Amino acid sequence: MNSLSKIFLIAILLAVGSSVLAAEPKSGYEYLKPETQRLQDDDFENPGLLAVENGEFLFNEVDRKTGKSCADCHGVSGEKLNVNRLARYPVVNADNGEIVSLHTQLMQCRSRVSDQALPRNHADLLALETFVRRLARGQKVNVQTDGIAAPLLKEGEALFRQRYGLIDISCYQCHGMYAGMMVRGQKISQGQGNGFPAYRLDIGEMSNMNQRITQCLTLMRAEPFPDDSKEIRLLELYLMSRSNGLPIETPAVRY
Amino acid sequence: MNQWFFWIFNTLLLMVISFNGHAAEPASMPPPEPYCQWEMKDMAISQPLCGLTGDAKRGEVISADSSRGNCVACHRLPVAGVEAFGNLGPPLAGVGGRYPEGFIRLRVVDAKQINPMTIMPGYYRDPALIHRPARKYAGRTFLTAQQVEDVVAYLVSLK
Repeated sequence: MNSLSKIFLIAILLAVGSSVLAAEPKSGYEYLKPETQRLQDDDFENPGLLAVENGEFLFNEVDRKTGKSCADCHGVSGEKLNVNRLARYPVVNADNGEIVSLHTQLMQCRSRVSDQALPRNHADLLALETFVRRLARGQKVNVQTDGIAAPLLKEGEALFRQRYGLIDISCYQCHGMYAGMMVRGQKISQGQGNGFPAYRLDIGEMSNMNQRITQCLTLMRAEPFPDDSKEIRLLELYLMSRSNGLPIETPAVRY
Repeated sequence: MNQWFFWIFNTLLLMVISFNGHAAEPASMPPPEPYCQWEMKDMAISQPLCGLTGDAKRGEVISADSSRGNCVACHRLPVAGVEAFGNLGPPLAGVGGRYPEGFIRLRVVDAKQINPMTIMPGYYRDPALIHRPARKYAGRTFLTAQQVEDVVAYLVSLK
């Protein structure tokens, strides 16, 4: 075998190896059509920026009864929030081992500002979540994977690999085995979490991770897990941990 | 005359359903049909499900309908008017010339019998094997036995 064909062989082996092992996470951005990428990149065109603006307004809104606002503690643009901390969500509470999503943390925080509780995933809470998560745009997702989080991630992965519904496929089959291939004219992504909450072209609304998982399961004709249930928390933690190292893109535009 | 009545009735029903905003899923679905057992032999199901006869024309419509067969989500098919296909599965043009009917039927009914890791849904998989179906789909197959036979007839016609 001459040296040229050896080089060819090594190149082929490397190419095959890297596509089969495909361990490195790729943002959903890379699977978008160029026109959708441009839509996300342009802060004037990106429809998710409406949620950001609305979120910023709500962040500064003074509650009529309590006279308080989120901005009192965190600054008018949220500048007192720690972006490194924001990139850690969902976090695992070291005291009780509970998984806390950014959305849940926001609800808890808001209960100290206003006594008018909003239901989970209400558009206002979603706008606040989008505004706050966007403060960490460009930061790398950095979910805890060791210690108390490790066994939870194992449970989350088991749910990721479980088949659901009449379509009878697992998250892993689409977003692990077939990422990059086409389903009816759309590329399948790896199902990464770094762009959420994201503006979804399919439904024309913002979605956070909890809602996106529910939408996926519904499409599988499966019975979705209740919002913020144990399963949703485990899936959110596992999915976001797969995105470790990817820059936060909130609000991403996704199909 | 009866046919006309049926046609008008169906059109009205469709209008009512789409005005409700649930075009894909009628508000009140008929109860699930009893599941017909089938026999796999030599990697094929040679007998039609429930002894039904398929209609290739209806099968073509089902294969492109995103709320029913949606075969085009993963396969390229020679269906007029469809432009967006998927490529998870092989192209199916000419599939009827390559494989016998019973072979095609097994792959539509439950491809997991051949490859347990396949991403292809079993369109007539035993409901008892489905994990966590949505409540309204519990006890149901993805397609009815008649729809499966229609799709099989359509695929067999692709020579």
